[in-house]
Amino acid sequence: MASHANVAHVHAAPSGFIRKYIFSVDHKVIGIQYYLLALFSVFLGMTLSIFMRIHLVWPEINLPFFGGQMKPEQYIALLTMHGTIMVFMVLTTAPQSGFGNYFLPIQIGAADMAFPVINMLSFWTTFLSLVVMVAAFFVEGGAPISGWTAYTPLSILKQGVGDAGQTLWVIGLAIFCAASLMGALNFITTLVDLRAPGLSLMRLPLTVWAWFVTAILGLLAFGVLLAACVLLLLDRVAGTSFFVPGGLVQTGQIVSEHSGGSPLLWQHLFWFFGHPEVYIAILPGMGVASHVLSTFSRKPVFGYRAMVYALCGIGFLGFMVWGHHMFISGMSPYTAFAFSIMTMSIGVPSAIKTFNWLGTLWGGRIHFTTAMLFALGFVSLFVTGGLSGLFLAQPSVDLPLHDTYFVVAHFHLIMGVAAIFGIFAATYFWFPKMFGKFMNETIGKIHFWLTFAGVYCIFMPMHFLGIAGHMRRYADLTAVDFLGGAKHIGLWKVQYFISIAAFITISAQLLFLANFIWGIWKGKRAPINPWNATTLEWTVPSPPPHDNFAGRVPTVYHGPYEFSVPGQKQDFIPQDMTPEEVLRDRS
Amino acid sequence: MGKRKRDCAGSTTVAATFSIFLAVFTIITVYLFIAKPWWFPPSITEVGDLIDSQFHRTLIITGIVFVAAQLGLAWVIFRFRDQNKPAAYSEGNNTMEVVWTLATIVLFVGLGLYAESAWAIVHFTPAQPGDLQIEVVGQQFQWNFRYAGPDGKFGRYKTVEQALAQRKRGDQSATPWQLDTTDPDAKDDIITPIMAVPVNREVELLIRSMDVTHSFFVRELRLKQDAVPGMTIHMHFTATKTGDYELACAELCGLGHYRMKSTFRVLNETDFAQWMKDQAASQ
Repeated sequence: MASHANVAHVHAAPSGFIRKYIFSVDHKVIGIQYYLLALFSVFLGMTLSIFMRIHLVWPEINLPFFGGQMKPEQYIALLTMHGTIMVFMVLTTAPQSGFGNYFLPIQIGAADMAFPVINMLSFWTTFLSLVVMVAAFFVEGGAPISGWTAYTPLSILKQGVGDAGQTLWVIGLAIFCAASLMGALNFITTLVDLRAPGLSLMRLPLTVWAWFVTAILGLLAFGVLLAACVLLLLDRVAGTSFFVPGGLVQTGQIVSEHSGGSPLLWQHLFWFFGHPEVYIAILPGMGVASHVLSTFSRKPVFGYRAMVYALCGIGFLGFMVWGHHMFISGMSPYTAFAFSIMTMSIGVPSAIKTFNWLGTLWGGRIHFTTAMLFALGFVSLFVTGGLSGLFLAQPSVDLPLHDTYFVVAHFHLIMGVAAIFGIFAATYFWFPKMFGKFMNETIGKIHFWLTFAGVYCIFMPMHFLGIAGHMRRYADLTAVDFLGGAKHIGLWKVQYFISIAAFITISAQLLFLANFIWGIWKGKRAPINPWNATTLEWTVPSPPPHDNFAGRVPTVYHGPYEFSVPGQKQDFIPQDMTPEEVLRDRS
Repeated sequence: MGKRKRDCAGSTTVAATFSIFLAVFTIITVYLFIAKPWWFPPSITEVGDLIDSQFHRTLIITGIVFVAAQLGLAWVIFRFRDQNKPAAYSEGNNTMEVVWTLATIVLFVGLGLYAESAWAIVHFTPAQPGDLQIEVVGQQFQWNFRYAGPDGKFGRYKTVEQALAQRKRGDQSATPWQLDTTDPDAKDDIITPIMAVPVNREVELLIRSMDVTHSFFVRELRLKQDAVPGMTIHMHFTATKTGDYELACAELCGLGHYRMKSTFRVLNETDFAQWMKDQAASQ
């Protein structure tokens, strides 16, 4: 599109520790900062879920931090913060703001993002939102108890626990929205404006396409969540009633401060954001999967154009399906029908991507690096998690399954595993470029196998719990008889198996953490292009200098996945290899 | 150019492990969905049977796709492991794209359209005029059920103003969810902590909440409906088997969500009439 590159205004390399590593405007430093924030958050989120799984099957245990046996409100607070931290601070940061920040500019041949200062601000605003969120644990009453979905009026009426925490949660989330909007603007402007000469849209790596579509989703969706948070905050502290109807009585007390509001309005606003949000969480992982599968099959991505259309299709349709979270909500059943058909339709581009991943592997020459193992695992997990969505997309089948562990199984397999595998694949793939060193491949493979087996052991049984009617968000399994908790029978045994699988799988993540730290500290030196990959980040040093291309502007001559081109001696053609060099490499 | 290890022997081990893992995972999953060690309890409504058959239809279709995809992945992983032969250069196949896109659209959208008839029975068709009506009221953390009594008319609840006025006059327990005793229709209303219905007779629920959103759920009915404050949501069904069934809240409603349960009881006509008499006597 551009006949010459609009070169980013490159400032001189920073000096001093603070400018280099703390308040840096370098997209690479900011990308790593986001990644480390996500790394901290995922371990925090997993710790919360360990306590949840311990409590569910051993409620009699005295736990540290909980002052003895866990109380039901503490369990609900754990699950609220687990969901919030994982969805926002892990799945919305690492894939997009972490890897996207680091590699989008380099993959398009730019020296930095379009707005480096806004980039820095967006990270520190995200950091602030995490601080405010985590502060909710420490204020009086503890963390909120309305779930990451904060349905009203539960998230507005005082509950006696988590009240101050809920206010902090809303404020923290609103701050996060502002940060995300800044980031989305930056990504879109950079992609539109700063591509190197020769890098047309249809020569972009699929990672870049994924970050681009994700940024558009973020720009359109986070504004709605920000507005919803403001309204929720006003209902909580300023006496408004956007989401609370009149005539309420809570434990014998007449609630007279509110009237005229609609709980369904919150759900519409939240899910209008919430559904694109889950595509924000998965799209970058799909881009990484395509990229890694192609690289380690030594084959172009099968159906590149179809993959681009599928990414765009998923993004577009993703704005039209939010009502499938609300089939049982009291919303019009006719609207439910419309949302159902749209939701079944969004399965189509997802299926297309799966066929094309298999097509990429077909006829390939597969190298089983750790990054590749995670990309292959991603395909398996995406299929499994996606297919359970077909049940939930039909309102009649959703009737018995809504708000049961079937839903928990579905979204964990898709987000809490497939998207995470996308992050792992990206980490093992790009670690040598980011840090100039290799992670240990053997430990990486052990990490992969333990995790892949472990997550299926955790989440496949949950489908059966849901089919049997096991409700979600239950702090205690002993009150409802069919849960089997009082007598340790039936469904309770499945919960027990899940808890054990969770402990083992979560422990295995310590291997990853150790490998990551050890790699930075003591890893073997990595060359410029250890994987013989084609895209522009593999043409600059590991790690790249401050302005990525050392002052030169690369020119792109080829598409992003020219592997095993017939007639060439090398089994790959880097995107910036000149036509003369290509001719010289002919066999 | 970086060096890459040409490790054909290694790649066979890894490839075989991955493929066998996927195959074993697929077999175990299929086995469990056939053996059904944990499953829906038997349905006690006709619409429940329809929902079960749509679930089954969906299970067959997704099952076939699941097996094909996982075993397909297992196969390409093993067949195309690095064996020192160049990869095939292919950018794709437009015919295949069109074919599998159309096939997926027909399958998924078709399945979705098929599902609508059961939904229509639950929510598009209205309740019959003569149905037994039961008001279901959720609150933190219990269910209460109101029957209209012999006059067939639900009485009024107090208004907020009436309740506040009573509080001013010294009755601190007055709330707008109590019956207005001045309303003659309210005199024979019956409020119970468990819900009983007569077998084989259509019943219409009026689902409401006093405080936050709850959700009415009985597994055997295959029905679930959120109880939203500020709304009265109707749902009708016909229970076809007598017995006691658990009723549990299915929407997070606070710290007592896990214990907000009740009993849903289906009785034959004689027993139901007796039960109503007993409940009326103890009002």
